[in-house]
Amino acid sequence: MDTKEKSDVFQKRIDNGEKIEPKDWMPERYRKQLIRMMSQHAHSEIVGMLPEGNWITRAPSLKRKMVLLAKVQDEAGHGLYLYSATETLGVKRKDLVEDYLYGKAKYSSIFNYPTLTYADICVIGWLVDGAAIVNQTMLAKSSYGPYARANLRICKEESFHKKQGYEMLAKMAGGTPEQQKMAQDAVNRWWWPTLMMFGPPDEESPNSAELITWAVKTKTNDELRQSFVDRTVMEARKIGVTLPDPDLKYNEETGHWEYGEIPWDEFWRVIKGDGPMNRERLKARRKAYEEGAWVREAAMEYARKKKYREGKAS
Amino acid sequence: MKTNQEWPLWEVFYQPGNGKPFEHAGSVHAPDAEMALQNARDTYARRNEGIAIWVVPSDQITASTPEDVGPFFDPANDKAYRHPQFYSVPRAVKKRK
Repeated sequence: MDTKEKSDVFQKRIDNGEKIEPKDWMPERYRKQLIRMMSQHAHSEIVGMLPEGNWITRAPSLKRKMVLLAKVQDEAGHGLYLYSATETLGVKRKDLVEDYLYGKAKYSSIFNYPTLTYADICVIGWLVDGAAIVNQTMLAKSSYGPYARANLRICKEESFHKKQGYEMLAKMAGGTPEQQKMAQDAVNRWWWPTLMMFGPPDEESPNSAELITWAVKTKTNDELRQSFVDRTVMEARKIGVTLPDPDLKYNEETGHWEYGEIPWDEFWRVIKGDGPMNRERLKARRKAYEEGAWVREAAMEYARKKKYREGKAS
Repeated sequence: MKTNQEWPLWEVFYQPGNGKPFEHAGSVHAPDAEMALQNARDTYARRNEGIAIWVVPSDQITASTPEDVGPFFDPANDKAYRHPQFYSVPRAVKKRK
């Protein structure tokens, strides 16, 4: 079979809803797009530990500290599921990580915003993890088997993340006037960046059509964004916080909540490296990687010696 | 600062419950088997997903290839007599089940 015939068979398998597994034939471009998208997803989980990790030592109670620790540990786990899945495409984890630390690989723009108060931790759980659930529920049906399975695993843990944030924000929004103000301020700052998490509008999203043809994604950025807005409006009302969008209104005909203009200039600025925390995040990740290098080397050397001794003894 | 080596890759299998068969979970990097087990627990069993874990060096796994899938499995294709449906049983006996 030539490449054209192989591509046709491949597309037929996709259209039949079959999963593609690591050793199956796949178009080079499919592999490349998956590596780009999956490693970007993995980097996001890892960077995502930084804004929340920032508050672990200052959690308001022991209970909240344990919850936040568990959540941040989960984010590390999610990163690892995704790196593991990406490696099935024949790339080395080290190269993926270094492409992000020293190269051009990107991660979600949302993690380039600072966490100013503990209310930000509540809102990240509610909005940021809520948005991630919408996206990852779709990706759990992705055509690439290992990616779908990694997302399924992630989804099972993500609803704890959202619920702990929503519960905590509800408490804060029903608290003292000062707490209420903190809660609303955090919602105001995170709302628009959260909507940007779904990526640029469909007409400006260069990769979407291709990814949908290959069933890597099954919904467009705007469809996912809409479904997130629809469910969030109700949740905001129930706990008495206001979404900072004066244009937000219900459309009886479509059954959807229409939202105002998203500040896309800001999105592109952050993506290109000029968000409030881009430099800080990269600096922190490089520091961790470089200062951990001797530990990784020492562990490897210890394993080598142990094996050598065991060989000698027997 | 780039590095030129990484810890070996291990495939992780876990047993979801007593009496259940082991399932593939994913992979971890670790310098030796002992750390591979610990990393596998922290990565894939933070919520009691498994009651036992196996780790296997990834390069020790031999797998069938998709290209050979036809000839590799076709000896099973024409042996319907390996299934109970191949045999007929008197109606009365069938009913008593």
